[in-house]
Amino acid sequence: MRRLASGTLAIHACAAIVLLFLILPVLVIVPMSFSSARFLTFPPPDVSLRWYRAYFGSPAWLQATRVSLIVATSAAVAAGLLGTAAAYALSHLRSRLARAAELVLMLPIVTPIIIVAVGLFMVYAKLGLLASLPGLILANAMLGVPLVVTTVSAGLRKFDKTQEMVARSLGMNRFRAFLSVTAPQIRPSIITGVLFAFVSALDETVVALFIAGGDNQTLTKRMFEALRDEIDPTIASISSLLTAVSLLLVLLGALSRRKATVTLD
Amino acid sequence: MIAPLAKAQTSLRDSGRSEELLFWLLLAPALLMVAALLLAPLTWLALQSVWENGFTLENYRRLVVEPLYARSFALTFRLSLEMSAVTLLLGYPVAYAAAHLSSRWRVLVLGLVVVPFWTSVLVRSYAWLVLLQRTGVVNKMLQALGLTNAPVMLVNNEIGVTIAMAHILLPFMVLPLFAAMEKIPEELIRAAASLGGGPLYTFRRVYLPLSMPGVIAGSVLVFVLSLGFYVTPELLGGGRTLLVSMLISRNIQLYDHWGAASAISVALLACVLAILALARTLAPSAWSAEDR
Repeated sequence: MRRLASGTLAIHACAAIVLLFLILPVLVIVPMSFSSARFLTFPPPDVSLRWYRAYFGSPAWLQATRVSLIVATSAAVAAGLLGTAAAYALSHLRSRLARAAELVLMLPIVTPIIIVAVGLFMVYAKLGLLASLPGLILANAMLGVPLVVTTVSAGLRKFDKTQEMVARSLGMNRFRAFLSVTAPQIRPSIITGVLFAFVSALDETVVALFIAGGDNQTLTKRMFEALRDEIDPTIASISSLLTAVSLLLVLLGALSRRKATVTLD
Repeated sequence: MIAPLAKAQTSLRDSGRSEELLFWLLLAPALLMVAALLLAPLTWLALQSVWENGFTLENYRRLVVEPLYARSFALTFRLSLEMSAVTLLLGYPVAYAAAHLSSRWRVLVLGLVVVPFWTSVLVRSYAWLVLLQRTGVVNKMLQALGLTNAPVMLVNNEIGVTIAMAHILLPFMVLPLFAAMEKIPEELIRAAASLGGGPLYTFRRVYLPLSMPGVIAGSVLVFVLSLGFYVTPELLGGGRTLLVSMLISRNIQLYDHWGAASAISVALLACVLAILALARTLAPSAWSAEDR
C-alpha cells in the first residue's frame, strides 16, 4: 500500500513539472512586455510602459488589429451559423452520404494549413479576392466550420431529441421548436464552438501570409514578419494583450458551461 | 380500412422525404463553402502536379530522386514521431493526475492545460524564441547551474523547434488521454490490486491497456499535426530545419515553382489522410471514444 502511495506521489510530481513547462512560457511574456530594455532580456532591467506606448502609437499595428478583429468576429459568426445548421442536420441524417458529408466538413482541420493557404491563394488570385477583407473572412469562416460542427455535435448527442418532437407535436414548427427547445440547451456548445472559431481566426497566421496584403494585413501576419526579420519588443506587448484576450474567452466559455449546468440542476 | 392506412403511410414517407431535403438544405451552405474554398483548390493542386504543357510525372519523380526533398520528408516524419513520443511521455502523468485527483484539483490541472491550448501558437513560438536565445533565461540557468560555460545554441536549429513544438502540441495529447482515463472504472484497478497485483503489474496489465484508446488517439493527432507544422519551425529553425511545409512555401515564394509545390502538397496530404484512415480502421475504439 505504501508503495502505491509513493508511486502516485512520483506521478503527481512529474505532472507538476510538466504543468510548469506548459504554463511558464505563456506567462513569461507579460513581464517581458513591461521591460524598459531595447533588446529582449529576462528578467527585465526596469519596468516601463514603453512597448505598450509603441503599440498604441503605431497606426500600422492598430490597423492590423482592426483587420484581425473584424475578420475573427465575422468569421466566427459565419462559422457559428453554418456549423450549427450543419451539425443539427447531421444529427438527424443517418445515410452513408451524410457520413461522407461529415468527413468533408472535417477536411479543413485535417489538411495541413500550408496546403490550405496555397490552395486559397490560387483560387483568390483568379477571383480577385487577394488582400481583401471578404477573402480573409471567408477563409477563416471555412476554417472555423469544423470547430463549430464538432462542439455542437457533441452537445446535440447529449440532448434528448424527443423534447423537440414533443414541442412539434404540440403545434410548433421545426424552426420554432429548435429555437425555443433545442437551442437553449445546446447553447453552451454553440458558444464554445464560436469562441473557438474566433480564437483560431485571431491566431491564424499561415493563410494570412499568403492572402492578406495592402491595407488588409492581419495582426499575426505582421507579427510573424516582424519576428522573422528582427525581434521587436512591441510584439511582447501585443502578445500579452492577445494572451489576455484568450484567457478572458476561456473564462467566458467555462462560465457559460457552468451556468448551463446550474440551470439544468 | 387499408386505404387510409396506406395513405397515412405515404404521407409519412413524404414528410420524411421533405424532412430529409430540409436537412440537406441546412447542410448545404457549410458543404458549399468547404467545397469551393478547399476541395476545389485541392483538386486544382492535384491537376497542376501532373500537368505542365501535357501530362507528366516529372514533379513526382523529382520528389523521389531529389535528395533535398527526400531528406525533408525523412526529417518531417522523424520529428513527428519524436513529437508523438515526447508528448506521450510528458502528457501521460498529467492526464493521469487530472483523471484521479479530486474535482477541485482536476479543474486546476485541466486549466493549466487548456490555457496554453487557447493561447496563440505564434505567441508561444515567440516566447520560446526569447527564452531559448543566447542570452535567454534557459541559457542563463544552465550557466548558473554550472552545466555549461558558454551559451548553448538552442534556437536556429532542431533543438529549439523540438522544444517549442512539444510545448504547443502537448495539450493535443493530454486531452484525449484524459478522456480515455476518465472512463476507466476505479473498481477495476482496486480489484486488480486486491487480487494481489502489485502497482506496476496492475498498471501494465490493467490500466495501460484500458488507456490505450487515448494513447492512440493522442499519438495519431500529434503525429498528423506535426506533419503540417509551419509557424514554429519557420521561426525557431533558422532555415536549417527544412520541414515539408516549408518546402512547399519556398517552392512558391522563392522559386515560383508551382508544379513542385503542388506535388509535395499532394504527397503530404496523402500521408496525412492515409495515417488517419489507418488509425480509424486499426483502432476504431480510439475514435468512438470521441464520437460517443
